[in-house]
Amino acid sequence: MKTRLRKWRLISLFAIMTLILAGCGEANLSALRPAGEVAQKQFNLMVLSTLIMVLVIIVVVVLFVIAIVRFRRKAGDESIPKQVEGSHKLEVIWTTIPILLLIILAIPVVTYTFEFADTSAMEVKDKDGKTKDAVVINVRANLYWWEFEYPDYGIFTSQDLVVPTDEKVYFNLKASDVKHSFWVPAAGGKMDTNVDGVNQMYLVFDSNKANEAENLFYGKCAELCGPSHALMDFKVVTKSKDDFNSWVKSMQTVAKEPAVAEGELAKQGQEIFNQSCIGCHAVSTSNNGAGMGPNLANFGERERIAGFLPHDEENLKNWIKNPDDYKPGNTMSGKYGDLTDEQIDALAEYLLNLKVEDK
Amino acid sequence: MSTYAKKQGFGATLWDFMTTVDHKKIAILYLISGGLFFILGGLEAVFIRIQLAIPDNNFMSAGIFNEMITMHGTTMIFLAAMPILLGIMNAVMPLQIGARDVAFPFLNSLGFWLFFFGGVVLNLSWFLGGAPDAGWTSYASLAIHSEGHGVDFYVLGLQISGFGTLIAGINFLVTIINMRTPGMTYMRMPMFTWTTFVVSALILFAFPPLTVGLFLLLFDRMFGANFFDVAAGGNTIIWEHLFWIFGHPEVYILILPAFGIFSEIFSTFSRKRLFGYSSMVFATVLIGFLGFMVWAHHMFTVGLGPIANAIFAIATMAIAVPTGIKIFNWIFTMWGGSVTFTVPMLYAVSFIPSFTMGGVTGIMLGAAPADYQYHDSYFVVAHFHYVIVGGVVLGILAGVTYYWPKMFGTMLNETLGKFTFWLFLIGFHLTFFVQHFLGLMGMPRRVFTYLPGQGWETSNLISSIGAIFMSVGIIILLINIVITSVKNVRVGNDPWGDGRTLEWAIPSPPPFYNFKQLPLVRGLDAYWIEKMEGKKEMTPAEPLDDIHMPNGSIIPICITIGLFIAAFGALYNMDNKTWSVPVIIIGLLITFGSMLVRSLKDDHGFHIHKEELMDDKDKEVKA
Repeated sequence: MKTRLRKWRLISLFAIMTLILAGCGEANLSALRPAGEVAQKQFNLMVLSTLIMVLVIIVVVVLFVIAIVRFRRKAGDESIPKQVEGSHKLEVIWTTIPILLLIILAIPVVTYTFEFADTSAMEVKDKDGKTKDAVVINVRANLYWWEFEYPDYGIFTSQDLVVPTDEKVYFNLKASDVKHSFWVPAAGGKMDTNVDGVNQMYLVFDSNKANEAENLFYGKCAELCGPSHALMDFKVVTKSKDDFNSWVKSMQTVAKEPAVAEGELAKQGQEIFNQSCIGCHAVSTSNNGAGMGPNLANFGERERIAGFLPHDEENLKNWIKNPDDYKPGNTMSGKYGDLTDEQIDALAEYLLNLKVEDK
Repeated sequence: MSTYAKKQGFGATLWDFMTTVDHKKIAILYLISGGLFFILGGLEAVFIRIQLAIPDNNFMSAGIFNEMITMHGTTMIFLAAMPILLGIMNAVMPLQIGARDVAFPFLNSLGFWLFFFGGVVLNLSWFLGGAPDAGWTSYASLAIHSEGHGVDFYVLGLQISGFGTLIAGINFLVTIINMRTPGMTYMRMPMFTWTTFVVSALILFAFPPLTVGLFLLLFDRMFGANFFDVAAGGNTIIWEHLFWIFGHPEVYILILPAFGIFSEIFSTFSRKRLFGYSSMVFATVLIGFLGFMVWAHHMFTVGLGPIANAIFAIATMAIAVPTGIKIFNWIFTMWGGSVTFTVPMLYAVSFIPSFTMGGVTGIMLGAAPADYQYHDSYFVVAHFHYVIVGGVVLGILAGVTYYWPKMFGTMLNETLGKFTFWLFLIGFHLTFFVQHFLGLMGMPRRVFTYLPGQGWETSNLISSIGAIFMSVGIIILLINIVITSVKNVRVGNDPWGDGRTLEWAIPSPPPFYNFKQLPLVRGLDAYWIEKMEGKKEMTPAEPLDDIHMPNGSIIPICITIGLFIAAFGALYNMDNKTWSVPVIIIGLLITFGSMLVRSLKDDHGFHIHKEELMDDKDKEVKA
């Protein structure tokens, strides 16, 4: 028994060590480091349920250890223990106490369920049909990329979701091909983007927590959607309300007068783009083209290439050369024929200079 | 007797097993094929853990990875866990209620072969253009989008093996209702028989929704229907409902037999009757009932609205109460007992803390608003492996070790068994404990790779190391089985010494007719009661007489092979192959032709004559 106990101790020690080593995860990604009201409440609920459950585990384990230590059969013991039928009193105790514990848990569960589902602010419109006091973003999930539309401002972007801090940001969620799921772990739980209809939810990004995360949160697709499900990441860029408003302004400016390429190489690139890419990718913020590919109007300011590769020229060129090497099963491969290295250089130059803010 | 037990050549043995309708031989078939699929599913798991051991790994491609996870889940649930449990039920339940066989021996054989060929169809996909890759849940939008024939193999394989399971469930229900020996009232049935009974009812009600769902998907994929095509007015959420209306009870179909096995083991190795037997029965029935009321907790993030989410959250939590009752009753079965730690008991004992951990995370998942964070993350992966490995697989390992002597007449080696136990248990906690935290740290499930720098490296590596421990444990178990079979030391009726129920009152393995005379049951733990009164065997409830037995039959395999052939016709129908429709027709002709033969040909079985049975008894007395 002693050796067994020692083994158990080792295992639990190991588990605790692991925990400490791993910490609570990254500030921009972990549900254990909540960065806003929704995530915070969910975190509190996790803590409450964990406490109740740890209590249950302790009771079970204590009784269990006593039972297996005290009532071990001694060598040569052939006695027959008393055949107890049961105990009415005990049965009542271990039926009632769990029920009480569950009621304690059930109250916040029901409350939060309704609270998180309250998206009524999205429905309050002013006379122009715009949402009155809330930022609303339409999220459209596609095979391995995300589109974000700001219907009240008439602008589109993709892959990088830009949100204001310290207020409720509302989302309309939908998928255009297969089911995906929209998840920003640090800011709150996920919601599926169905192909059948629109789901609504809201998230809040706290400005202090956002600073800790350097104003950049990681978003994930949480529902298996094909080979590149693991790579269907997006980023959330948080801005103060003022910065957000000015970002919206500059996006709207580009919507009116689409960017013109500057420089010889970039102009060449634009030509190639207009022949090979524009069928799927829009470069104006006012529309999403045919909706086939991510809007590229502010591509030069993106955080990542293809949602997950470091944002630099080399990765962009490699990506254009053979997207399937990076995101197997994507819908871009094979749509634009073979481009020469020179063409790709020009294209990269053009794309990396598509910016809306620092003009 | 001697005529039945003589040594046979390999061909004859094979023919014997192909035509057998004996529940004990069918149990062995279930165990062997379930075991093979378990190893297959285990290999897939190991490959998954190799791929995820380090970030940005290139061990396998994204496409292959999705096939691996799909086949791992599907294989483990449908082709490993369930068949092995059905095998143990087949081996033990008729003995526990004092029956000579199940109610429909022919159907029992048919059920097995359907399951087996269904599993073969599914696994042939690896060699015929790629395995299914839409996850074991095969959500409709992805399943429709998936190219190649993978998902078709999934649909047809599960359809065929699902019929087999349904048949087995109905058979067990009828058997338990009609074939209990005199004196075996419902409230004297051993706990394992009770769980078999409830599980069979669950199978009866849970499998039809799956069958319906699979048919819809089959028509969509193979015959151009639009049930799940939103553009054509279909709806994909329907699939999720159908799948989980089946899928959640399925979890209880797996865990309840394990509960039954543990109940037998706890009371045997504590030398004490099961504490709170009637509340255990009540809890089992209640779990079975509530199991149908909670399916939407798999769909909290689908957007069903707060009312549905709140109701299903509360219903889910309610299941914790009967499960808690069970846990405490097991502890108090040991309390005051005389506990001995054989290998089955070690599994049973370790099951309590392991399963409790899986259970409490289940309640955490049931808290809908928090589930928005857990859902589809590694937290869920950790939870259901804690329940299924910490509950079902430990139960299977315990049950196989416990009933091995009854099924094969020889004991597995205890020392090697303990090696397996410790390696498996340590490996299991190592693999899955850290996954809770991976999920909370933002790692979605079913990802084929992850980028470095997201804080997930250490935990994933630990998890993969745990998988090695588990694999080594299983390898030692296989070695143990080989060694035991070669040595083949025969054991008597009650090899564990403390058997309480009817199966331990007869030889190991039992004669093919099980009970020479049906035993008279005088209370719960019938054999224990007789033992306590100093008797060596059960009091017979009938005079020695001729026993009527069914004949073996090859027809079940013929029926199944017909469906197997038809499945390939249906599968390639969407490629516009000219041969596909004729193949469907030929296959179905074989199936229905075999059924017709079965219906028209009278088969009255045979009788074992009184005299033969008497000879047998005389021989035993002389020896």
